[in-house]
Parts: sequence; structure tokens; C-alpha cells
Amino acid sequence: MSAFDVQRVREDFPILRQEVRGRPLVYLDSAATAQKPQAVIDAIVRFYQHDNANVHRGVHVLSERATEAYEGARETVREFINARDAREIVFVRGTTEAINLVAQTYGRKNVGPGDEVLITHMEHHANIVPWRMLCEQTGATLRVIPVDDRGELVLDAVDALLTEKTRILAVTHVSNALGTVNPVKELTRKAHAKGIPVLVDGAQSVTHFPVDVRELGCDFYAFSGHKMFGPTGIGVLYGRLERLESMPPYQGGGDMILSVTMEKITYNRVPHRFEAGTPNLEGAVGLAAAIRYLRGLGMDAIAEHDRALMAYGTQVLESVPGLRLVGTAREKAGVLSFMLEDIHPHDVGTILDREGICIRTGHHCAQPVMQHFKVPATARASLALYNTREDVDALVRGLHKVREVFG
Amino acid sequence: MSSGSDDLKDLYQEVVLEHSKRPRNFRVVEGANREAAGHNPLCGDQLSVTLKLEGDVIRDIGFQGQGCAISRASASLMTGAVKDKSKAEAEALFELVHKLVTEGPESVDMEALGKMAVLSGVSEFPARVKCASLAWHTMRAALEGRDEAVSTE
Repeated sequence: MSAFDVQRVREDFPILRQEVRGRPLVYLDSAATAQKPQAVIDAIVRFYQHDNANVHRGVHVLSERATEAYEGARETVREFINARDAREIVFVRGTTEAINLVAQTYGRKNVGPGDEVLITHMEHHANIVPWRMLCEQTGATLRVIPVDDRGELVLDAVDALLTEKTRILAVTHVSNALGTVNPVKELTRKAHAKGIPVLVDGAQSVTHFPVDVRELGCDFYAFSGHKMFGPTGIGVLYGRLERLESMPPYQGGGDMILSVTMEKITYNRVPHRFEAGTPNLEGAVGLAAAIRYLRGLGMDAIAEHDRALMAYGTQVLESVPGLRLVGTAREKAGVLSFMLEDIHPHDVGTILDREGICIRTGHHCAQPVMQHFKVPATARASLALYNTREDVDALVRGLHKVREVFG
Repeated sequence: MSSGSDDLKDLYQEVVLEHSKRPRNFRVVEGANREAAGHNPLCGDQLSVTLKLEGDVIRDIGFQGQGCAISRASASLMTGAVKDKSKAEAEALFELVHKLVTEGPESVDMEALGKMAVLSGVSEFPARVKCASLAWHTMRAALEGRDEAVSTE
């Protein structure tokens, strides 16, 4: 495919071909979970039909194939984010588990009483709660980079917040509630100048534009399969090899050990040290298929589609009387969050649902940023590569209907 | 099965919209001797109920807080419905309302529901049941003298 053809892309997603509530489905909730292309569905089915066996253990042909598929998926992920070494790719359940892993291994080893963990005011709960828990466990303090009224980080505050007490900076690449794209490369440079490692939460970014962990320079990068058109229950923790090698194990169990006696355990090398138990094989296979699908379309072409659709969406939403966008950062990706007059987002969501339009309403598991904007919740339309201008137009028609119902 | 549009009309009946825009008893009850707070973590809705219990009778009741049209209307209608009722009567009405919003109008005696019958459309919207019942759960917590926050989760 030379140019990005959204109509052809849509044909790859069988779920989009249906009607709901008597109307064509308009799916604008990909930030919650994205739909799956046929290629991903087929890869999972094919794995179960031909290759299913446990990995790293069997001497038989199926185990060999399954191991090859699983380790091949690791290499596919490595290429996708341009990591140096496949050993830097740890398969986990999702972004949440990836962050918990770092908090409970790197964090427990390196954070103590009086130390500080720095996050931002726009994190979702997965990048707040594990750090809060770590602070409670270790006696450290959680510090927060503030957000301004556009929904951008107050960068002037960062230098003062990165102190000799800071043990890690954890920041989202793209805010799930506001769409803000954070300057993580610059933040990493600032943190590294003071010897502070950086974790980037990439749950909302890897589907919208190319991500190169070496260019960003971050120490850890976390993302989920299901938000990037792959299966649920699989995700990735990227960690710089020297960081991962210095970290103690996470969960104990099979495959994360080299030898076990009742007296002594020798732990396996990375990344297996962090992958206790039978991994999510079909998840890894499906994730690799999703990555191949994205690379087939081209991440640059996808980013261009996202930019154009975001610009169009912003423009037409702003033309809806009484609508206020929450989050107007100069750099945004994939998310249009808004309030419609004094109508509660829940009511907006219900009425749109009756029009066949799926959006998210609520606090998007990012309550602190909602408190910053003094709203209990927002209505959020989130865009993906299969969304069109027609989807956005349907949303606008739906919002007029909401206004009608509420008179 | 009714069309999406009819469902919406059932949910957002005029009385519901009217109570949502101009909720009754949206205040802290003076001299209240019972209160409770409730919240719906799913959507961030929060409300508090204050009431004055004289013996076994709810002499006055008010609510405050923020929420969607359904939760505000339900809270507003509730305050009107349980005022001057005994604890047992308020409890019985809650049971009826709960049955109405979860199982639908066929499952309850609509006459016994009084004005609360306007919430009959909620049963077609499972995602909104918690919105409709939040105020009631909170009222019951206040009556029972429970001071921990009520959650719909």
C-alpha cells in the first residue's frame, strides 16, 4: 500500500462491519482497547491449530515451534521499538504489570526512606498507584510535576523537582485523558544529567507514531498489546540491559530459575528472570502479528493519518455549541476529551451509545488530572488508524442529538 | 424491542430532566442528626445525604453533590418520596426502586412507586443502574448510622 487508505484499513477489522443499535458501529474508544485486524485473529488461531505447546521445556517439535514463535515475537518487538538486544524485551501482562515490575524490583532495591519518586499530574492510575505503594513500602516521598491549563507539563518546574533525592522519574508518553504528547526525550536528558533513570509509560503512544527507545534514551518503556491491535493479557517492558541485569527477580516460579534446591536457587538470565511460569504464548504471537500489521501500514503513514484526523476532529468539535475541549496541548495524539455544557459526560455517553457511537466517559483512571481541571469526568473520543472523518462527523451529529434531548 | 430513540425517551423523561436541572432539597438539612456520603468510582459521581430522624420518622432530608442527570433526578425524587416516611417505609420503597431499575417496570407495583416510577426507563440501560441507586444506598447508610463512605462498587 503506497498511500494510507483508511477504507482499505477498515476492511482488515471484521468487528467494524457490524451495526449496533440499528446503526453502523462508530468505534471511538481505542484508547481503552483497540480492535483487532484479521491478521492478528488469524495468527492466534493458527498458533492453536498448528504450534501450541509449552516453551523452553519440551524436546518435541511443537515445543520447538512454540519456542521459536515466542522468542521470534520478542525479536519483532525489539525491532519495533529499536531496542539494542532482544534480552531487553520482557513479556508481561500489560503496561500495569510492567510498571509494577519496575517499582517492585528496581524500586525496592534502590529506593529508601527520604528518597523521592517523581511522576506527573497527568498519569493514569497504573503509573501512580505502583509508585504510591512503593513509597508506602519504603518511606520514600512521591513528588509530582504539575500540569498547566492546556494540559501540558510545567517544564520550568522539572529542574527543581529532579533532586539528589530523586531515584526515578516515571512519565507517560501520551496522556490517556488529555491526549498530550510529553517531551520525554527532553525529560530523559534532564533526568540523566542528574543520574536519574526514567520510565516511560507508552500505553497510549506506540499506536500513534514511531517509538525509538534508543533515540528517547529512556531506561524503561512500558506498553500493552491490546491497545495496539493485539490481544489482551500481553504487554512489554523494555529495559536497558544493564538496568534489567542489576534488578532482582519479580515473581518466582518456573522458567525464571536455572536451578533449584531446597537450600539454594540460581536465577535465570534476563529476560527470563522476569517471566515466571508459562507465558502468554498466543498473546506474544498475536502481538507480533499486530506489530507486523502496523509496520506493513508504516508508522509514519499512521502518524500522518492521526495528525490529520486529530486536526479535523479538533476543528469540528470546537464548532459544537457549548463544547469545551479538556486538554489543548500543542502536541496531542489520538484523544479528544471534552465537556458539553453542563451535561454530565455519562449522559452524553448513553445518548451517543444509542446512536451506535462508542466513546468513553468517566475519569479514565486518571482522577488527579480530572481534579486539576475541576471536572468529575469527561467524554472522551479516542481515535485509531481505522477511524475516518465520517466517524468524527457522526460524533458531532450525536452531540447535537444530546443537546436536543437535554433541550 | 423498542428502538434506541424510544429507549432514550423512556430514560430521559421530562420529569427526570426537570429534576436534574432543578433538584429538590439540594441542601444540607439544618439540625440533621444523620448523614452519609456516597460515590460511584466508575464515573466519579459523589453525593452526600443529610437527614433529620425523629424517632422512626424522616422529618427532613436533603442531598448535595455532583452527578449525571439520572443520579441527580433520582436523588431529588428520593428526597421528596421519603420525607415524613418511617425508616421501614423508606427501606421498602428502596427495595421497590431497586427492583424497578434492575428488573423493569413489569416486575413491580408501579402504583406503590409513586413518582419514582419515572425511573422505569433505567432498566433498559444496565450501565446506568448505579447512577439511579447511588442516592438510595447513601440514604440507607445514613439511616443505619454507617459513617463509612458508600460505594457502588
